Amino acid sequence: MKLKGTKEINKKIKNLAQKIYRKHKKNLGDLCLIGIKRRGISIAQRLQQELKKLTNQEIPLGALDISFYRDDLQMISLSPIVRGSEINFSLQDKIVILVDDVIYTGRTVRAALSEILDYGRPKKVELLVLVDRNHRELPIQPDYVGFKFKVKKEDLIDVFLKEEDKKEGIYLQRR
Amino acid sequence: MKHLLSINDLSEKDIYKIFDYASQFEEVLKRPIPVVPSLRGKTILTLFYEPSTRTQTSFTLAGKRLSCDVINFSFSTSSILKGESLLDTLKNILKMKVDGIIVRHSVAGVPHFLAHHLEKENIFVINAGDGINEHPTQALLDAYTIYKKFKDFNNLKILIIGDIKHSRVAHSDILIFKKLGCKVFVSCPYSFLPVEFEKMDVVYLPDFREKLSDFDCVIALRVQKERHNFSYLSSIREYHLLYGIKKEDLNKMKKNALLMHPGPVNWEVELSYEVLKDERCVILDQVFNGVAIRMAIIFLLFQEKL
Repeated sequence: MKLKGTKEINKKIKNLAQKIYRKHKKNLGDLCLIGIKRRGISIAQRLQQELKKLTNQEIPLGALDISFYRDDLQMISLSPIVRGSEINFSLQDKIVILVDDVIYTGRTVRAALSEILDYGRPKKVELLVLVDRNHRELPIQPDYVGFKFKVKKEDLIDVFLKEEDKKEGIYLQRR
Repeated sequence: MKHLLSINDLSEKDIYKIFDYASQFEEVLKRPIPVVPSLRGKTILTLFYEPSTRTQTSFTLAGKRLSCDVINFSFSTSSILKGESLLDTLKNILKMKVDGIIVRHSVAGVPHFLAHHLEKENIFVINAGDGINEHPTQALLDAYTIYKKFKDFNNLKILIIGDIKHSRVAHSDILIFKKLGCKVFVSCPYSFLPVEFEKMDVVYLPDFREKLSDFDCVIALRVQKERHNFSYLSSIREYHLLYGIKKEDLNKMKKNALLMHPGPVNWEVELSYEVLKDERCVILDQVFNGVAIRMAIIFLLFQEKL
């Protein structure tokens, strides 16, 4: 079942960029975006473009692959394809906006936080997600939320983005 | 669990998978905190019955960079000197609950022997050099060093100079380079050719200097004084004269060629000291690549992805 389409996603991303801008306009120089592979990066890239329209500045963008930090490596069937992290700037004293498509259990974000802290000591890390769904397993909450959905634990919410997939939209799969 | 005992254990796909992960781990090694938590709670043992600096340190570091606990066992401080048999040592190690064993031994086949006795256990064995047989992780890091430079192995011409008969590095190198599609040439005194040389499917050049400008990579091997008596060679000086790489040899080599050596180098035997300054000489890059390659191998064996 399709929940949201391109138009709504883009409108929401624009909206989120404005929220970031309002909150951090006094220290834009410290700001950076880190997308979690893969779709978090696409969302971070779109945010970067929107922020450029607002600020005329290119906010640095990095990519995080949390494969080596996962706590479920032993579950072979889940083990991910590793693509590698690319963060070509220092995170020391930066304000990091961590970006992912969906927050569910919170375990991905937990892994991402551990990895970010191995790159340096940012002043602050904030979390932005396009979709916040329920059934968290760790005490981790986002600072910026696109859409919020309440679904059953076994249901799947997928985000497809044209940079990574053939189609675009937020879909619900009932199990 | 799968082991890494020989290059023959790996498919071409496995080899490229190891390279792929090694390049991810290279990025990890360059981070401010070069450690990932992937293998927390796992324990590996390095069981070295022969002297080693590079390989044992490299494996230890690779394990630690993956948050694996690493225990080092070395011959000179162990109960072997008190007469403990290999099987007894193994039984004791099993009781200590390790997850992987990295073994080096002067007798060919020891890693295979351990793997055989671990059939029912969930423990992997990595061969870190067994006698004159094989040294697969060295071959993987050699091939990876070449891969980083050329990105493609097809029709690369690789020359291996040295003691082909007694060198486990040569044996593993030849296997991996053939598997990846390179053309392999060897050069050495005739006494350094193994009896089964024809089966290796490589070209023997008594004098490599005539063709030096053809090669994309030249690998010099250590003269293994500990594995043969000097009846194989008339003199070390003569060897250096005929088979040592000197500055004038580098001048004849391709501009983008690589000069490699697995170490430790006997300077002024296999190589003249002056070649170290040339940027084509990547001996120390091999050492760095070795850590990333060994991280990839340990990680993939634990993941059962090889």
